[in-house]
Amino acid sequence: MAHATATKVGQLAPELELPDTHGTVHALPTAGEAPATVVVWTCNHCPYALGWHDRIVQAARDYEDRGVRFLAVNSNDAERYPHDSLDAMRERVEAESWPFPYLHDESQDAARAWAAQVTPHLYVLDADLRVRYEGAADADHMEPAAGAEWLREALDALLAGEEPPRTATDPVGCSIKWKQ
Amino acid sequence: MATRTPSVELLWWEGCPSTEDALAMVREEMAAAGLDAEALDVREISTDADAEREEFVGSPTIRVDGQDVQPVPHEPVGLSCRVYRLADGRISPLPARDEVRQTLLDAMKGDD
Repeated sequence: MAHATATKVGQLAPELELPDTHGTVHALPTAGEAPATVVVWTCNHCPYALGWHDRIVQAARDYEDRGVRFLAVNSNDAERYPHDSLDAMRERVEAESWPFPYLHDESQDAARAWAAQVTPHLYVLDADLRVRYEGAADADHMEPAAGAEWLREALDALLAGEEPPRTATDPVGCSIKWKQ
Repeated sequence: MATRTPSVELLWWEGCPSTEDALAMVREEMAAAGLDAEALDVREISTDADAEREEFVGSPTIRVDGQDVQPVPHEPVGLSCRVYRLADGRISPLPARDEVRQTLLDAMKGDD
């Protein structure tokens, strides 16, 4: 399938093919394989990414039975930010029993292709791999009760064959740590 | 009781969106404590060399008389966003307001 080279709502998502914390390569599902896919740029040492993490994990667990795929990506420069090393990623996945793969974008090519800006930065794709929502999980990183409601409303809409009520919000978080 | 005027610093890095909220909180707490909020020493950390020199472990870093409001002795120095831990277990990009207030008040008591 052809992919776009930038990530804009309504367009096909760029390709994504990266190894997880055990070296297994993961890619986006093929068109029609999953009713929706969530790709979230995140990292190990950003208060915004950490603050929203449990809500995103809970959403992954809640939507798993409906076939929604979740992929997390860490593109930060681990040389300057050792908290984001592959070993640190692996430790976290194992300690916290993540329900989705944590992909290592060592070259940072994926972050550039998707134009990911911060951690966390979410993209919700439909069954055809078009971006239908981009931005934050919900309105308040400090309020667990917000429950990733923007992410959930986008997924609920896609699963019901409808337009997400919100297609884009400002992603709030720490800048991607680019290699120098 | 006699009080002293502590030096208050806020070090920030542009890669984190928390700076404005941090500035507002520290200035409000300084004013509430009877300190001159304009005396807050605000310094941008923009390079790795800056971070090394200032022993900067993330933005925002708030120090009162050189004492971090939430010391993290083993945190690596670098251009990053600071992770604060609140009393209720939540992770936050800012320290708790109470923590800032208490650090200011403790410094104002001082020995001199």
